[in-house]
Amino acid sequence: MVIDQPFSAAGAQTPPPRSAVTEGRATRVALTVIALLFLAVFLVLPLVIVFLQAFANGVGAYFAALTEPDAVAAIQLTLLVAAIAVPLNLAFGVAAAWAVAKFEFKGKAFLTTLIDLPFSVSPVISGLVYVLLFGSQSLLGPWLAAHGVQILFAVPGIVLATIFVTFPFVARELIPLMEEQGTADEEAALSLGASGWQTFLRVTLPNVKWGLLYGVLLCNARAMGEFGAVSVVSGHIRGLTNTMPLQVEILYNEYNFAGAFAVASLLALLALVTLIIKTILEFRYGDALSGSTGH
Amino acid sequence: MIRKSGCRFSEKIMLKQRDRAMDLSIRNVRKEFDRFAALDDVSLDIRSGELIALLGPSGSGKTTLLRLIAGLDHPTGGQIFFGGEDASVKTVQERNIGFVFQSYALFRHMNVLDNIGFGLSVRRGADRMAKAEIARRATELLDLVQLSGLERRYPHQLSGGQRQRVALARAMAIEPSVLLLDEPFGALDAKVRRDLRSWLREIHDATGHTTVFVTHDQDEALELADRVVVMNEGRIEQIGTADDVYDTPNSPFVFGFIGESSSLPIHVEAGQLWFEDRPLGLPAGDAPDGKALLYFRPQEVKLLDGCGGCIAGTVAAGRRVAGTRRLELEVGGHRERVEIEVPASHPAAARSRIAFRPEKWRLFGTPGEAAPSEKVRRISGWPAAVQAGEGSSAARR
Amino acid sequence: MATALAHAGWRFRRPSVIPGFGLTFGFSIAYLSLIVLIPLAGVVWRSASLGWPEFWRIASDPRTLGALKMSFGGALAAALVNIVFGTLVAWVLVRYRFPGKRIVDAMVDLPFALPTAVAGIALTTLYAPNGWIGGLLAPLGIKVAYTPLGIIVAMVFIGLPFVVRTVQPVMEEIDREVEEAAATLGARRAQTVRRVILPGLAPAILTGFALAFARAVGEYGSVIFIAGNIPYVSEIAPLLIVIRLEEYNYAAATAIATVMLAISFAMLFVINLIQAWSRRRYGYGH
Repeated sequence: MVIDQPFSAAGAQTPPPRSAVTEGRATRVALTVIALLFLAVFLVLPLVIVFLQAFANGVGAYFAALTEPDAVAAIQLTLLVAAIAVPLNLAFGVAAAWAVAKFEFKGKAFLTTLIDLPFSVSPVISGLVYVLLFGSQSLLGPWLAAHGVQILFAVPGIVLATIFVTFPFVARELIPLMEEQGTADEEAALSLGASGWQTFLRVTLPNVKWGLLYGVLLCNARAMGEFGAVSVVSGHIRGLTNTMPLQVEILYNEYNFAGAFAVASLLALLALVTLIIKTILEFRYGDALSGSTGH
Repeated sequence: MIRKSGCRFSEKIMLKQRDRAMDLSIRNVRKEFDRFAALDDVSLDIRSGELIALLGPSGSGKTTLLRLIAGLDHPTGGQIFFGGEDASVKTVQERNIGFVFQSYALFRHMNVLDNIGFGLSVRRGADRMAKAEIARRATELLDLVQLSGLERRYPHQLSGGQRQRVALARAMAIEPSVLLLDEPFGALDAKVRRDLRSWLREIHDATGHTTVFVTHDQDEALELADRVVVMNEGRIEQIGTADDVYDTPNSPFVFGFIGESSSLPIHVEAGQLWFEDRPLGLPAGDAPDGKALLYFRPQEVKLLDGCGGCIAGTVAAGRRVAGTRRLELEVGGHRERVEIEVPASHPAAARSRIAFRPEKWRLFGTPGEAAPSEKVRRISGWPAAVQAGEGSSAARR
Repeated sequence: MATALAHAGWRFRRPSVIPGFGLTFGFSIAYLSLIVLIPLAGVVWRSASLGWPEFWRIASDPRTLGALKMSFGGALAAALVNIVFGTLVAWVLVRYRFPGKRIVDAMVDLPFALPTAVAGIALTTLYAPNGWIGGLLAPLGIKVAYTPLGIIVAMVFIGLPFVVRTVQPVMEEIDREVEEAAATLGARRAQTVRRVILPGLAPAILTGFALAFARAVGEYGSVIFIAGNIPYVSEIAPLLIVIRLEEYNYAAATAIATVMLAISFAMLFVINLIQAWSRRRYGYGH
């Protein structure tokens, strides 16, 4: 860089001093190397080890571990839970974003804080709240038992806990985006005679579709990967109430490392696909996705 | 040199700054960004204590030149001297220049006093200053820019004009050898601009800094600067006082950029200027025969009754401008449009014919006459302005 | 339904031609209440019904205190590590150019996307005494897995993106001219970074710190595998809640949860205060 600089006629042998707003080359290289090393150790190595361990006993063992009945049941349950939780949170996210972003009302900031609440609650506590609500000691417990309704240690409990932890994702993505876009488009559509639904479907939705997809993506990743909350309410019944992350735990605690990492590799793959789609969305439609980052 | 208003400024600041003011010499400077020449062979000498305006449209290279002087960027070729010393080996920190950014670039987490004192507080070694001394100097400067009482405010609590003054005080705090201002009034509204303009002139006269400022506003440049440097497409078109660049512009660009102008394609033949088949009654002087462009200002024309040597045209449009009237005339077979100024009382009706002759005018070569290798705007390849006239008299230069 | 709330004088919401407020607001509030508010209130109600002496007895039990100390202490240490490295990573991503930058940038979100259990077993395998990193550290006498250090490693992992993603956008918006102004005033690069850039980033760094801290305090999945879970030594509060639940000791689980909730909400409150203060004082915040 500096070397290529033609020297001035008067023979100022010293190359021109470097830019005023960056560090020296040595500093830049050093900082980059430190940052990359840190990321390599903390992010890349764990990801690499998942796949290495998954295939430690060969490809055959890998697929055997994945097609084993308990693993298949866990995969099915995980898909089922996500298939229920994600659409519900999607509906909530859209409704909440519409109410918060398109209207001015008292206590709006407080409502937004409440929507974010599940993010600041430990996953274990997210599970605990449902144990306290539906457990045998609770007010509802005896009544539920008498009517033969099983919530805890069954699929409904898992779904509820998953909904709780993934609750804010879609709303959080949509609210800032829709606030930024204001209400002028909707008002224009309404003044042209569109109904409320037409306005939503044909004006609002196209404006936020990428942000919506982004929120759903993050919501889904978390729904399929949730561990703590689900662990508290599931009861760990093999083949019945084990999701994939719980299956990973059980296999790992049984020292079936290859099996644990095989199931884990599917979840890691899901995470990678999520990251890739997310990156593509940000790259392609960066302007259509507002600043907030999903957690 | 100190004007009557200067007496309110601290003597001490003035003296210090005066000692430091420095000549500035820019020699054959060239700056390329990815092979695009933002500056092309620019040379300029600035005398100590001078107030210089770099004037030009956006993209003319004026800000690039200012940043090169500051050391924020480095030239691809050529040199810049500060008082005889080659500055190209110096970092921006060593150059001791005061730079006022268009966006002000105030430190938003520091209050006004800390902003002004920042340059003093980063000094080390022998130049290191005590905190109390820094605060005292900063207060003095705050007084100079007439913002006393705002010491503890943060930048976001100030108006645009106030921020501008803090930025200037901050730049002056380090006792710079040269003060550089990038569009200093660009972001302010018209009224504040005018106030700050005369105020800046006062400060300059009182402190005597060598000052260079960038502007695209010709009024600002003409009113404020000792000399105006007109820039276009990376080159200096003309350097001169306000009178020089307004009265004797040396290129079509300068003529067109500063003040208002009309131009008309004419040809030179037999020592006379001709528009189509009619003589204009203006002498060609030593201009060579052939095509040329006649430049004149709408307000520097003389209306004629008859037309024995004149430009005659049909009124295409008229509009009232303050105390006068502007007429757009269609002249000649190609309906070339020119604009002239007439008294507001002039009874110019649409489609009526009017004859006039420029009182002051200049001739430049036409694009068609240019050597093929040269760019269009340089076709004043006839060395600078070939011919200028005042009334019917001979060339002025 | 919402219009019924619009009395003369005090108006719940500003009138608008856009339809659907009643439907969406009503649905949002109902869903929020059913899923989040009522269940959370249940914890508080349960905890309150314990009575203060009983609550205090559980909360001040040495094992509870030990677990809380581990969770909060570990989270504090991890958040401190994260503000240093998170800010560094953000700086490198924003300011420098290097091959593969886009991929590295995307990778920063991995802890958001990777299920915690997967992260937990992967980190444990890496840092176990026979693992890639654990094996390097063992000869030096440093044990990571199954010690409090391991807990901190897991908490650094899950907290990192919070700092990077909070600081990065603020860093991108730093006006280059501000840095140039500092340079023209004679500040060397290190002085500019220390006195101009970092103070400007401070509110964002503080927010990132609080977010990373809050997440690490409650973290369960990625920690329990690497922690060793030895009571009084490397047992985290969420794990103790699970243990108490498995013992059907709902009272203890509830009390510990209440302490954690109270501290988490206090953190949330502090974050909001920092942001409001920064906006008021400097005209910006994150």
